[in-house]
Amino acid sequence: MDPTGLVYVELGLIFVGISLLGGVARRFGLSPIPLYLLAGLVFGDGGFAPVVAADGFVTIAAELGVLLLLLTLGLEFSPEELSSSLRRHRPSGVVDLVLNAIPGVAVALVIGLPWPAAVAMGGLTWVTSSGIVAQLLTDLKRTPNRETPAILSVLVLEDLAMAIYLPILLVVLAGGGFLQALGGIALALGAVALALLAATRASRRIGKILTHRTDEQVMLRVLGLTMLVAAATHALGASAAVGAFLVGIAIPAGLAERARKILAPQRDLFAALFFVSFGLSTDPRELAPYLAVGALLAVVTTVTKIATGWYAARREGVGPKGRLRAGFTLVPRGEFSIVIAGLAVAAGHPKVGLIATAYVMILAVVGPVLARFSDHIGARILSPSTLPPAAPSGSLRSAS
Amino acid sequence: MEFTETLLPGVGVRYDGQSRDGQPIAIVVAHDGDVEIVTYQRTDPDAVQYRLELAAHAALAVAELLGSPRVSARLVDLTREIPGLHTRRLVVAPGSRYAGRLLGDSKARTRTGCSIVAVVRGPDVIAAPAPDFTLLAGDTLIAIGSERGLEALAELLGLTPDDPVPVMTAPV
Repeated sequence: MDPTGLVYVELGLIFVGISLLGGVARRFGLSPIPLYLLAGLVFGDGGFAPVVAADGFVTIAAELGVLLLLLTLGLEFSPEELSSSLRRHRPSGVVDLVLNAIPGVAVALVIGLPWPAAVAMGGLTWVTSSGIVAQLLTDLKRTPNRETPAILSVLVLEDLAMAIYLPILLVVLAGGGFLQALGGIALALGAVALALLAATRASRRIGKILTHRTDEQVMLRVLGLTMLVAAATHALGASAAVGAFLVGIAIPAGLAERARKILAPQRDLFAALFFVSFGLSTDPRELAPYLAVGALLAVVTTVTKIATGWYAARREGVGPKGRLRAGFTLVPRGEFSIVIAGLAVAAGHPKVGLIATAYVMILAVVGPVLARFSDHIGARILSPSTLPPAAPSGSLRSAS
Repeated sequence: MEFTETLLPGVGVRYDGQSRDGQPIAIVVAHDGDVEIVTYQRTDPDAVQYRLELAAHAALAVAELLGSPRVSARLVDLTREIPGLHTRRLVVAPGSRYAGRLLGDSKARTRTGCSIVAVVRGPDVIAAPAPDFTLLAGDTLIAIGSERGLEALAELLGLTPDDPVPVMTAPV
């Protein structure tokens, strides 16, 4: 068959494959991410049916998938929500970072990975999957629960921190020294400040430029702006993904809601290809020795995330059962762990990719299961003495 | 009844209040306008006991049935899109200098730069009240303007008849 025909065949099989796997995941209320990774493993280097002809396209599509993931993430949160989370929940964000990044860094150093890879490992154990958690809260109908603001705020802070962490990680991975890392931090902080400023000061103008009566125009304009800003931050060495995230934040709330709906199918398509592509680049034959490392990290960082959620919810005056729900809900790791691992792999640390594959495949499945059965588990492990309900206060501000 | 507001980042806003028998209730308004009204469990006051889910259009219909077009909700949308613009509900207190006087007497717009876009009186909502509209104690004014302007307006409404006539210029 000619090369073009082969591309169609391979893409067709990939799409049919991820559609079937996505269907299975939905049926059992699971995140499709681990299954997409699995599909990539099966098709990829050393797998049963290596993708050859469509490889170039899948690689580019994967990059776009990362941009779209970060863009739609930025669209979720308004500057108001970001700053209110930053004001009220900073301690929870710090606890989250300290408890969950340290195990990743420590394990990386113990198994003899160089320290740039350790920085990546810290990131991938730190960040909860906002995609999986958002889906969980909807599926389990826990949005009105009183622990939910604590959960969402931890997610928001992690996402905001990503905008600073990713540029630092890139500098570190590129072998930059301390000064360059500082430069990266300054650059990242500057870019975040600029985006927030744009969001608060120029959001009307941005909204005006991007708004149009047809969805097609909105899609093209938002995508165009995203690609250009991503190119700019990429050129500055601050990761294209960060640029996309900042565009998402800068888009005003009313339009953001619409843009998110319009871009959702593109995001789903390209993000799926990103996960598959990550699996493709992982050789399943090498995975075995790292399963144990991934599993160990999964156990440790499940405990540390539960502690994080417990702490964050307790600060909100939530009772023990709610604190446990918050902890369990924060356990899933997913898209961002893979994004971080992808950067490490590209910088020549394939072992991080192998560990991340095992780690995410475990926690993207176990996390949602824990969240689902949180109340049953809580009834068993919380002794009656810890159960008197706390006063349901919470992050309140008077309606005005 | 006083409702308190909690932001749910990426989801919407939760309003907490109480039912007549003192049970905590909450109304979650999602960014897309869908509404959920819930009560909480006795043994686990952080988890939902009963819920009522309304699609955005149904929520609007219910709000109108209850006699209060969602003026303020729409204003919130508006102010979200225009940074620097805020909306506030201000109650005319019984002792206020302007209870029983014409809206025009307050010279609110000249003094504070704020527009009073509606007045909520019991079940009625008077949209775009004219200067010759008589304010009564207990009226809720829905005003939009800058944060400082709204502060000034709240101060203005809080004046008693014995206070000196305020000299205020419109803050930018």
